[in-house]
Amino acid sequence: MIRYTPGVDLWGEPLATLRRIQDEINRTFNEPQAPAAEYPALNIWRGEDAVLVTAEVPGVRMEDMELTVHQNTLTIKGKRAPVATEPDVSFHRRERTFGSFARTIALPFNVDPDRVQASAENGVLTITLPRPEAERPRKIQISKA
Amino acid sequence: MTDVSGTGKGTAERTAESTRAQPVYIPQADIYETKDALFVSLEMPGANPDAISITLDKRVLAVRGRSVQKRPAGFSPVHAEYREGDYERSFTLSEAIDGDRIEASFKDGILDLKLPKAQPAPAKKIGVKHG
Repeated sequence: MIRYTPGVDLWGEPLATLRRIQDEINRTFNEPQAPAAEYPALNIWRGEDAVLVTAEVPGVRMEDMELTVHQNTLTIKGKRAPVATEPDVSFHRRERTFGSFARTIALPFNVDPDRVQASAENGVLTITLPRPEAERPRKIQISKA
Repeated sequence: MTDVSGTGKGTAERTAESTRAQPVYIPQADIYETKDALFVSLEMPGANPDAISITLDKRVLAVRGRSVQKRPAGFSPVHAEYREGDYERSFTLSEAIDGDRIEASFKDGILDLKLPKAQPAPAKKIGVKHG
């Protein structure tokens, strides 16, 4: 988005020009910032034989979400529905965003796609991704000489 | 409708400090009005529905909640984009609301409030006594 700026007489009022530039900068920084660069916001936890991913997905129904796992990547796709209203309403505020989203992340290790479990509670999605049996770290017994 | 606690999105700046060293989030809101009610939906992911408090004092509607994260045993965090915190936001309502009939529900991290408008008191006719 480009702001409309009327023509500037650079030599007429140098101070006024400076002040306008300052106002412009202040306005840019004071405007509400987008919450997180990417949606949904994620937390990732690592365990010995599984990785746990939690995502904040308020208002997204489970059936509108799709999870894909391939080797060590996880893709979360979904759709946020706009608030359901009757036709004759007037909006005071509309801050919540809606539309489709997709996010792919790299996991710390390969995971077994057949054993991935996902559940949601209070708008937080929890995905448990276990490590394949074959790739689990193994303890090696040191034999006494 | 005026927002008391800030401009929405992000964390709140408050005059008094919280006793918990945790961020205070301003939940994002959708607010719309019909002929006989005002509807407010707030995004509060992770909040425990039993611990959400909604108060209407005169014309100030205040919503408070707390998002709690489960700490899975045997796991250590490797990446974090959100954290536990309090949700707080209040609004000054421009119209009289029937406080007894407010409905609230919490589903999938969204708090939905229905605030029915108060019925205007019927006009009273005052008779003038003859002297």
